Amino acid sequence: MTDAASVAPLLELADLHYTWPGASVPVFGGLDLRVDPGEAVFLAGASGSGKSTLLALIGGLIAPDAGRIDFAGTRLDALKRAQRDRFRAEHLGVIFQQFNLLPWLDPVANVLLGCRFSKRRGKRAGDREAEAARLLAAMGIDEAGFARRADQLSVGQQQRVAAARALIGRPDLVLADEPTSALDRDRRDDFLDLLFGEVRQAGSALLFVSHDRELVDRFDRVIELSDLKTGSAPC
Amino acid sequence: MLTRLARGSLTNRLFAVSLTIFTIAISIALLVLVEQMRNQVREGFQRSVSGVDLIVGAPTAPVQLLLYSVFGLGDATANVTWTTYEELSKARTVDWAVPISLGDSHQGYRVIGTTAEFFERYRFAGGQTLSFADGETWTDLFDVVIGAQVARQLDYELGDRLELAHGAGNVSLMTHAGQPFTVRGILAPTGTPIDQSLYVSLEAHHAIHIGWERGVPRPGSGLTPEEARAAEAELQPDAVTAIFLGLTTRAAVFGLQQRINDYPNEALLAVLPGIALQQLWRITGLAERILLVVAGLVVLAGLLGMLTALLTTLNERRREMAILRACGARPVQIAALLLLEAFLITLAGLVLGVLLAYGLQIAAAPWLLAQFGIAIGAAWPDATLLLVLAGIGVAGVLVALIPAALVYRRTLADGMQVRQ
Ligand SMILES: Nc1ncnc2c1ncn2[C@@H]1O[C@H](COP(=O)(O)OP(=O)(O)O)[C@@H](O)[C@H]1O
Ligand SMILES: [Mg+2]
Repeated sequence: MTDAASVAPLLELADLHYTWPGASVPVFGGLDLRVDPGEAVFLAGASGSGKSTLLALIGGLIAPDAGRIDFAGTRLDALKRAQRDRFRAEHLGVIFQQFNLLPWLDPVANVLLGCRFSKRRGKRAGDREAEAARLLAAMGIDEAGFARRADQLSVGQQQRVAAARALIGRPDLVLADEPTSALDRDRRDDFLDLLFGEVRQAGSALLFVSHDRELVDRFDRVIELSDLKTGSAPC
Repeated sequence: MLTRLARGSLTNRLFAVSLTIFTIAISIALLVLVEQMRNQVREGFQRSVSGVDLIVGAPTAPVQLLLYSVFGLGDATANVTWTTYEELSKARTVDWAVPISLGDSHQGYRVIGTTAEFFERYRFAGGQTLSFADGETWTDLFDVVIGAQVARQLDYELGDRLELAHGAGNVSLMTHAGQPFTVRGILAPTGTPIDQSLYVSLEAHHAIHIGWERGVPRPGSGLTPEEARAAEAELQPDAVTAIFLGLTTRAAVFGLQQRINDYPNEALLAVLPGIALQQLWRITGLAERILLVVAGLVVLAGLLGMLTALLTTLNERRREMAILRACGARPVQIAALLLLEAFLITLAGLVLGVLLAYGLQIAAAPWLLAQFGIAIGAAWPDATLLLVLAGIGVAGVLVALIPAALVYRRTLADGMQVRQ
């Protein structure tokens, strides 16, 4: 790895404030974070500490009350909602804990959703159908799995399809919100092997949220959410 | 792209969606059917009575006179004397006068005694004259001319012999046995009650009723065909059921109607067929309006059914929406997806409903023809109906604004993940 200081950061959050509408306590009363291009970051934190909220802020699904979100030179906090949606479609891949797929679509169609909402992302994917098939194969989905509806796949397979969708069109950053917590240990390790392989190949950065500290060895960097909070955030 | 997603989402819930579509289709079918039948039936009635300026009969309700003289519905209560007929036919403004005598039937089809002039004077469908598909008008006293439907249904050809029954309806207890008629002519189809009728000359009608003055045959008093033929010159009826009048100028119609209604020698009623029909439509109009309101309410129920169906899927969809959001879909696109689904459902319901209505209409056509002698076709929906159907399509989308707005708000509030 090159010296962190010499590379321009992919993502930089500074003094981020956020309170959910209707909530009395802010989730973030000042938060700083930096992710470099291609870097795999493990973000640990207790349940309810705001990990998913942080991903929603980075993903542009919600806007911070105050603070700066800088993504490769773009100020996300200054964008309008529709612009944030377009930004997400173009630059990010998202994997949830579970229920990642539209149940009535087959795996290929589900993967294609990942580049459906951005023309540029679609272009980056090249021959989209072929790329979807390649990613699925790389994620260990066999031919038999291709023909099924998504809801007929096992949970492990579903998470791998979700990873393929997040990776299609080589996003700059993949946000993964506890993607392994529904998997048993073997499945989890398989999943991570395949995910890391493809993330590295795509050159994407990975922001991986989990409370499962057994996984930390694979990552370039491990951070505690509580360490990121600069303000007097409640514990 | 959205269309593909909408279609996928719909086929995923095929059973529920089919039910919703079917509910809407039935309601649309009802609406279309009521509206189409109304127009078609009106047109059918209208086309049966062109060319006749006045119908004269014994005093009764104008609608009733029209119905029994033209459509064979109901019975005459009294007759018009032959003297009156002769006087009317000589009236200055009268171009022609065709008398008809009712009261007999053949296998449920009514038999009309009239003059040969009937075939020349009668007009249907806005001015078309009657024509013979086969044969000609009567030459012998015991000849009969039959309508197209009668010939087809009973499989009659020229030269076939048939007996008339006394009284109307399907079950006649008494027949004019021993006085058979020969089919001399078969009329071309008209799509009017003409097709359902048999025509004999007034003289023949009179001849077979000699001896029936009390409604039943007096034993030994009837004429044999030979006796009747011999006496043909004297076979003049005393009365007829009604008279069709054609005037030299239409302008004279109200004056003549007034004079006939004030006729000094006999109580009479003269009606303009068009006006009597208008009265009939006024009577049926209320029922039609009620039916339309009911049909409209059923359509509303259908759309509300769709609303319910869409709302019940919202929770399961919330997850799907979150997935689409994560992939970069904008909340508007997600709301649009719902609207699109609603539109597709409504559209399918509309198309299916119209097809259903046409199917039913085609199925009901033979029955209407048999009952009322009016032919209805599956006409293209008129502008009003098309407008109403388009309005329903729009209403379907408007109804879906409710779940769409809910989805829109929820996807915004959910952030990254669905919160249970
Ligand atoms: N969509 C939401 N609306 C309102 N409050 C929320 C929402 N999502 C999370 N929260 C609240 O924000 C806090 C942080 O939640 P979350 O980010 O989900 O934590 P974590 O992912 O670390 O478990 C919690 O108190 C939670 O109740
Ligand atoms: Mg969480």
